[in-house]
Parts: sequence; C-alpha cells; structure tokens
Amino acid sequence: MFDSNFVKQIKTKKEKWQEDQSKNVPERTNSSGIPINLFYDPSNIDQLNYDKDLCFPGEYPFTRGIHNTMYRGRLWTMRQFSGFGTAEQTNQRYKYLLSEGETGLSVAFDFPTLKGYDSDDPISMGEVGVCGVAIDTLKDMELLFEGIPLDKVTTSMTINAPTPVLFGMYLAVAENQGVSWDQIGGTVQNDALKEFIAQKSFIFPPEPSVKLVIDVIEFCVKYVPRWNPVSISGYHIREAGSTAAQELAFTLSDGLTYVSKTIERDLDVDIFAPRLSLFFCAHNDFFEEIAKFRAARRMWARFMKERFGAKKDRSMWMRFHTQTSGVALTAQQPENNIVRVALQALSAVLGGTQSLHTNSFDEAWQLPSEKAVTIALRTQQIISHESGITATIDPLAGSYYLEWLTDKIEEEAMKYIDRIDNMGGMIEALKKGYPQREIANSAYEFQKEVDNRKQVIVGVNQFMDEREEVKIPRFRIDPEVEKVQLERLKQIKENRNQEKVLKHLNKLKKAAESNENVIPYVLNSVKVFATLGEIITTLKEVYGVFKEQIVF
Amino acid sequence: MKRIKVLVAKPGLDGHDRGAKVICRALRDAGMEVVYSGLEQTSEQIVSAAIQEDADVIGLSILSGAHRVILPSVTKMLKEKGITDVLVIVGGIIPTEDHEFLKRHGIAAIFGPGTPLKKAAEYIRENVNKDRILIEEK
Repeated sequence: MFDSNFVKQIKTKKEKWQEDQSKNVPERTNSSGIPINLFYDPSNIDQLNYDKDLCFPGEYPFTRGIHNTMYRGRLWTMRQFSGFGTAEQTNQRYKYLLSEGETGLSVAFDFPTLKGYDSDDPISMGEVGVCGVAIDTLKDMELLFEGIPLDKVTTSMTINAPTPVLFGMYLAVAENQGVSWDQIGGTVQNDALKEFIAQKSFIFPPEPSVKLVIDVIEFCVKYVPRWNPVSISGYHIREAGSTAAQELAFTLSDGLTYVSKTIERDLDVDIFAPRLSLFFCAHNDFFEEIAKFRAARRMWARFMKERFGAKKDRSMWMRFHTQTSGVALTAQQPENNIVRVALQALSAVLGGTQSLHTNSFDEAWQLPSEKAVTIALRTQQIISHESGITATIDPLAGSYYLEWLTDKIEEEAMKYIDRIDNMGGMIEALKKGYPQREIANSAYEFQKEVDNRKQVIVGVNQFMDEREEVKIPRFRIDPEVEKVQLERLKQIKENRNQEKVLKHLNKLKKAAESNENVIPYVLNSVKVFATLGEIITTLKEVYGVFKEQIVF
Repeated sequence: MKRIKVLVAKPGLDGHDRGAKVICRALRDAGMEVVYSGLEQTSEQIVSAAIQEDADVIGLSILSGAHRVILPSVTKMLKEKGITDVLVIVGGIIPTEDHEFLKRHGIAAIFGPGTPLKKAAEYIRENVNKDRILIEEK
C-alpha cells in the first residue's frame, strides 16, 4: 500500500516514539485471543496489496462488498426472526411487522418442530408453540402464510434436520396460492453440520444429514431457482461460546463440506454456488466483528475460485445474513441491551451484511414483546436512514487497525481450517468432537473472565443495581395453544385419506433406501397431509438417529 | 466428607447446552463429581440417572420456556420414587414471576443469566443434604 522508504521512516519514528512514551499500559486481547496494539500505522499494513486484497466493491476478492453499489443501490433486508404459539398468532405478528416496514419474513419454529416431533408426541409436552410456532401439517403452514402473497415477500425459515418437510410445505402453500416455484424467494437454514457442532437440533447421523442438505440444494437448483437452499451458519457456533475466529473457521469449513459434496453429485459449482448464503453473529467487539465480516468475504471468494474453480463472480460472492448476539444480552438492566444491539447492528452494516436481525432488549427473559421487537426494528431504520453510514461503501477500509485486524482474523481462522482439513474435513472433525471441545473451552474461559471481572459486563459484574426490579412488558404463551394445536392435528388425522398417506410414506422410504433425492417424495407426502413426525419417523427408519458423544 | 456428586441434565428438547457445559466444568473445578446427562432427557431418564449415580444434587438446565410443565414433572417423579433428600436446582431463562411456582414444586433454587459460577457452587455446598455427604464418611 505504501512506498517502502516511507514505511521505513515510519518504523524508525515509531521506535523512537515507543522509547519516549510510557509502556505501562495493560495488555489487551480481543475475543479471538489476538493481542491488540496501542495504535496502528502504515507499517502494520505495508504488505497489503490494494488490488489483490481489497479491490473495488463488487470486484474480486470482494473484501469491500459484493455489490458495486452496496447500500446506495439497495439496503439490506430487515428481517426479524419471529414465531410463537399457533400459526394464526404468528401470522398476525408477520402482518404487523410487514406493516411496520419489515422487508422479509423469518420463521421461528417451536422445539418439537425443530426436532421433527408432532405436537401430540409425548416428548413435545409443554413445548408446543412455546419457543416458536408449532407446525405439524400443511394445514398449519397454510394458516401461517394466510393473506401473505409468497411472490411478494421472501421468507427465511430456521429449520435444519426437518428442512425437506417444512420446505415441501412452503412449496405446497405457494402452489395453492397460484404462485409458481420460480417466483418464490427465501432461505432455509438447512445447515446440518452446525447442529452437531453447536445448535444441537440434530436428528440423523452426520452423513445422511449432509445427504439431505445436498438433496435440497440439488432440488432448488433444478426447480426453485430464486431460493437459497442453505444458510451456512456461524451464529449458533458463536452463541455456543466460540471466538470470532473460530466462528469464521468452523462456518467456512462447514461450507466447504457442502460445496464439495454437491460437486460430487456432478453439479457444476457455477450452477449452485450463487445460491449459497452464510449467516454470522454480530457480537460486542466492534472492530473485531467488522474485520470478521470482511475477512469472511475475502476467504469465501478465494476458496470458491482457487479450491473449487468457480468462474462466475456470483459463485464467489459471500452473501450473508447477520443477527446481533443473543448471549450478549443481559437480564439485568435490560434496557441497556438496546444500546448493545445498536452497536452490534452497526458493525454488521459496516461489515456489509445483506440482511439483518436485531435482537429485542427483553430476550434474556422471554420471546420479544411487540414493543421490544418494534424498538429492534427501529434501530435498523435509524442506522439506515439517519446515521449517514449507508452513503459510502466500506467506509472503514484503509484504516490501519481494521485492515491489520482483517488479515489477522483471516490468519487465525486459516489455522483452524487447515487443522480441520488435515483431520479429513468437518464431518470427521466433529465426529472426534474437535469443534465442540474448542467451543466449550472458549465458553468456559469467557465465563471465568466474567467472574473475575477481567471481562466487564455492564450491569452484571460492574455498575450493578442491587435494588433493581426488572420491569419489562411481559410476553407469555397461552397454555391454550397446545390444546388448539392438538385438536387441529386430531381433526386432520381423522379427515385425511389414510391410504394415500401410507402409500406416499412408503414411496418416501424406498427413495431414501435407494439413495434417491427424497424431496419430491416428501413433497407428495405433505400434500396428502402426512405429518412432520410421520415423515421424520420414516426417514429415521432408514437413516437411524444420532446420539452425541458427551463432551464438556 | 465425601465429594458432592452432581447430575447436570437438560430436560426437554432445547439444545442450548452452553450453560450446562460451563456449569459442569465449574462444579468439577470446585471439587465436585459431575455427571452430565446430555440432551433431550425425559423425566424418567433424569430420575433413573439420579438413582443410578446416587447423585446428591440434580442441576437442570432449561432455556426453552417450557419450565412450568417440564420441571414439576421431574420433581413429581422424584417424589413418587421416594427420593426426598436430593437437592434440585435450576439454571436457565426463568421469568421472576415463575420462581414462586417452581419453588412450590420442589425446586430449591433458580440461577438466571449473569450468575457467577462461584455462587452456584457455594449454594450447593451450603444446601446439599448433609446426611448424604456425611454418611459415607464412616
């Protein structure tokens, strides 16, 4: 970046400066364990090559952003993760959010749905509609999107092991609305690997789980061209306790696994790679997060080009969604969370995100109230319309600190990726418990630092208010939800054509046994009102279930 | 005095195990014997593990919001099996107004977000059934 003589002069001057100044400042490191200097100057980034490492927005390696106009051309999508109770209740919340200026939907399912159980399964007791919306059959999905035209909004669904089922239901709803599959857009999370590593809503063992991920990718490439068939997610890895560098490394390793497995199906990388998307967390350390997003974009582009031979720019684009950090929210003095979320959201925008969820300030206590979720959405609107940050692309580029840190995070992440490659890839690594152990270690170290106040958390270990009585508008799930849901499921089971259900479940089983792409068979099953639980049980009979090795 | 034995368990379907794992390590580092059940444990599984391990303490971690249904079902089953001397504590996301309800149902203490690890260990030492710990000394 700089003339070598100039850098030499700077270095000499800096040595002199350091001799003169007091060196008694305490050391600092960021979450990734990278020691941070007192300040940075041109000599810290003298190896940086503008063309090769940064270049212009919309140009390889896309460090500065994937689009050539970024937010001046189009703002990020404001997408609030939302779902609770019955499909009707969540449908009302969606209509409210859309009327308040939200630009995309994001479905939160309840735990039974995430784990592939029906609401009437004994194991679902007490959890129906509690942590998200309960979906058992196509009927629920129809109610969820009632009055919402699927050719006008895009929808993201946080669903993993049961993705074929929920995605199949969504396709069927679109058909019922008279919307063809090539007109619908959205994302299914469908990232099985991070379930084993962090989020833990797995069902099948790793190999068949990845097989199902690739089934969805293959199906979308052929029939649902505007759909993002996987959202390769670091969010849950980070929330489970990883550092920023680990989040980046494990996420990219998961992504590399999906890409090579899809190529193994004789799909050309330039056909499917443009539809892959990623998902990261925006945590507290402002610059570390921005550096992480920029490094991620550059690394993904290089992997796609150099490792997989992608030729199209679009295949090298790392399009990503960001959510602010849930674990960074405090139960104490919850209003402070509004400020935390604003800073985290700002880092995501400065990092060039394509879509953003801002957490609500009450989420260390409950699913968000309407008041809280509105403030969260307003936070994004203030950043986009008032702060001026969207006027110019990648405004922090060239900062000595940020460019140095972007390189450093990349370097740290590469060490992990190399290690995982040497283990034979992520599937092998997670079977050995490697990423799980790394995350658990980081989580424990962090908590110890909080307990000994090396890591300050305002309102928790400093600036506490012992007399505080938390007063937030309460949001509760009515226990009636479970009854309503069970009654609806009972009605459907009584009124559907049992013969057809059995026929299609049998066909599905045969398809799974013969290693065919199962999506068309799942689709046929949901259309005759086979339940989520019945479809997943059928697949379990073929694939088996995963029991995790306990690591702590 | 024998080492205090703690069974840490995740009831229900939620997979958020960060807190459970951190508390396992903290209690182990505080000198206790810790058994971690893993995820998706039914009340039956938790109670039978407690019996099999002869646990002095059961620590339940729950962040799913289903605590009002799931936790009383664990304590009810303990009672049915005649287990009355085991300390049952909970960590997770539990709104304050549910604390009374859970305490009525046999939960001795509730530790929410922001609890220092040491506080949980100290609580266990002070409140574990002393007879269980001393009996083995003979």
